[in-house]
Amino acid sequence: MTAEASDVPVAATPQVAVNRAGRFLFWAGIGLLVLWVLVPIWFLFVNALSAPAEVTGFPKRFWPSFDLASVQFFWNFQGVTAALWNSVKVAVLTMILAIGMGAPAGYALSRFDFPGKEFFRVLVIMTRAFPLPLLALPLAVMFIRTGLDDTVLGLALVHAMLALPFAVLITFSLFSGIPVELEEAAWTLGCTRLQAFTKVVLPLALPGIMASAVFAFVISWNEVFAAAVLTIENRTLTAFLLQSLNVSPLPLKFAGGAALVLPALIFIFAVRKYLFAMWGIANR
Amino acid sequence: MAEIVIKGVAKQFGAFTALHSVDLTIHDQEFMVLLGASGCGKTTLLRIIAGLETPSQGEVWIGGRRVDHLPPRARGIAMVFQNYAVFPHLTVFENIAFGLRMAKLPQAEVTRRVTRTAELMHIEQLLKRYSGELSGGQRQRVAVARALAMEPDVILMDEPLSNLDALLRLEMRAELKGVLAASKTTTIYVTHDQVEAMSLADRISVMNGGFIVQADKPTQVYRNPAARFVGSFIGNPPMNFLPAKRGENGRWHVAGKDFDGPDVAAAEFAIRPEDMHPAKAGLEAEVRVVEPLGPHTLVTAQVAGQPFRAVLESDRAISPGEVITLAPIPDRIRWFDPETQEAIA
Ligand SMILES: Nc1ncnc2c1ncn2[C@@H]1O[C@H](COP(=O)(O)OP(=O)(O)O)[C@@H](O)[C@H]1O
Ligand SMILES: [Mg+2]
Repeated sequence: MTAEASDVPVAATPQVAVNRAGRFLFWAGIGLLVLWVLVPIWFLFVNALSAPAEVTGFPKRFWPSFDLASVQFFWNFQGVTAALWNSVKVAVLTMILAIGMGAPAGYALSRFDFPGKEFFRVLVIMTRAFPLPLLALPLAVMFIRTGLDDTVLGLALVHAMLALPFAVLITFSLFSGIPVELEEAAWTLGCTRLQAFTKVVLPLALPGIMASAVFAFVISWNEVFAAAVLTIENRTLTAFLLQSLNVSPLPLKFAGGAALVLPALIFIFAVRKYLFAMWGIANR
Repeated sequence: MAEIVIKGVAKQFGAFTALHSVDLTIHDQEFMVLLGASGCGKTTLLRIIAGLETPSQGEVWIGGRRVDHLPPRARGIAMVFQNYAVFPHLTVFENIAFGLRMAKLPQAEVTRRVTRTAELMHIEQLLKRYSGELSGGQRQRVAVARALAMEPDVILMDEPLSNLDALLRLEMRAELKGVLAASKTTTIYVTHDQVEAMSLADRISVMNGGFIVQADKPTQVYRNPAARFVGSFIGNPPMNFLPAKRGENGRWHVAGKDFDGPDVAAAEFAIRPEDMHPAKAGLEAEVRVVEPLGPHTLVTAQVAGQPFRAVLESDRAISPGEVITLAPIPDRIRWFDPETQEAIA
């Protein structure tokens, strides 16, 4: 921001007034967006970290009382730990599947010219164009036939499909940022294609690959629809909370919400640099 | 022994032909420069020799072995890239050691070779640094050291000095020449800079539009261009060309003067700017621009309506608008076929 506006008298030229109005709108917009994101998160954590009695109370305290009774109640609630463990298993498997398939696709897109390349790129994004509710029923039927219903693998496959476009696009931009000459230099120095990849490309791409892995993890961790439709016994945390929404007490909901949001927040904060890069915002 | 033989190599990118059938032999331990304007196919040819690009047709032989089906690692070559391609995640030491480790040399030998090449390239102080902590010139030294450490039969270099500033380029040029001559490798060096080519090469291959137009010693390429293109590309300022007409007496009329020439139907007259001197009789040149360069004076003139340049002794005062008479040195006159553009012997 320039210092120009701050020390100009109030009744200055109309130009300055317009500038000031614009500046006000700008900051008001930013403020609103920040509140839009932060208020629910604050609300969630204040309630999760307060005693059950305080949760329904009003007015709220800005800092929670750090009473762990709600969290304890949540933790000891029938089925929560199993659901949490399922969430972890599905998310980890999703991460492995999405990167295992996405990174090679991203590499191929960045390094090779093949017929239908542009079409393939569009197709990758198109997988997100089908609403999950539309797919859920046929998927459920198919899963029941193949015995994949109500399994960690089955759900992870669906989640991997959701995470795959991002995995492909992030790793594509990642590999594209590594000069081909580095690989070629490695080939001339005695490497096979695979050795050049593991010794040169992988070390350089690893932080970014980790970032997109984390992103896949978060997508799975927060996904509720497929989880609710495709699992019955082996509920993930999201599906479990949704199912018990009307029977569970309020503190449980808040503690559960916090448990869902926290890993996502931590992970996304940790890899924010790569997410910016993914959306094409240069931040170097 | 690493003689390189290129037989009928051609390369198409889709409908575009980057290399027409190229034949070239590079002798063992020779320093061959591929010289040509940007886009003429130098890099493509070099990459085909390295195995980074597959030729559409033709064969590549290195050291008596046909290699065009082999991957780069099996060809006994090392390459220095235009942007150096120093691995950013490895120290300078590990960069130079990279190929040696791939070859599974014992640690003592790796250390010995890295130390020796680092000393040779004057980067022994930098061995612990990463490429992000190096200047362009230092990176370039690392790239050369990495190639030399392999003790390859063949070193391929793609415009290795083009990203350096002028002063550093001059310094590195002299250094490279010494180092590569001592290493006894066969070198192929790509550049678009004719001064670089002249100063480094045992032989120069002049390329144009996907063809090798002439491959010969620098002085030969300069004195006896095999084609009009070579004369107009090499030399600063380049060769002058004037239309010529065969007279009844068998001599050639050039800008109103008679010259002895070849016994053919049509020819074009050519002379280098420095191969003329002011005289009583000769080509009449109407001076347009005079540029004193110290030891010489560059005169841009018009002869028979054609632009014409002469590099003259600086002891004589010449001014624009003046008409001077320039006598070409008879045995420096060259003739080209206007149809084929090739030199007439
Ligand atoms: N991978 C490629 N695909 C299509 N055209 C290419 C490719 N590589 C090079 N070319 C074209 O081939 C010609 C020769 O390129 P190059 O060998 O790089 O020239 P130079 O190194 O002499 O400047 C250029 O016109 C270039 O555009
Ligand atoms: Mg080039």
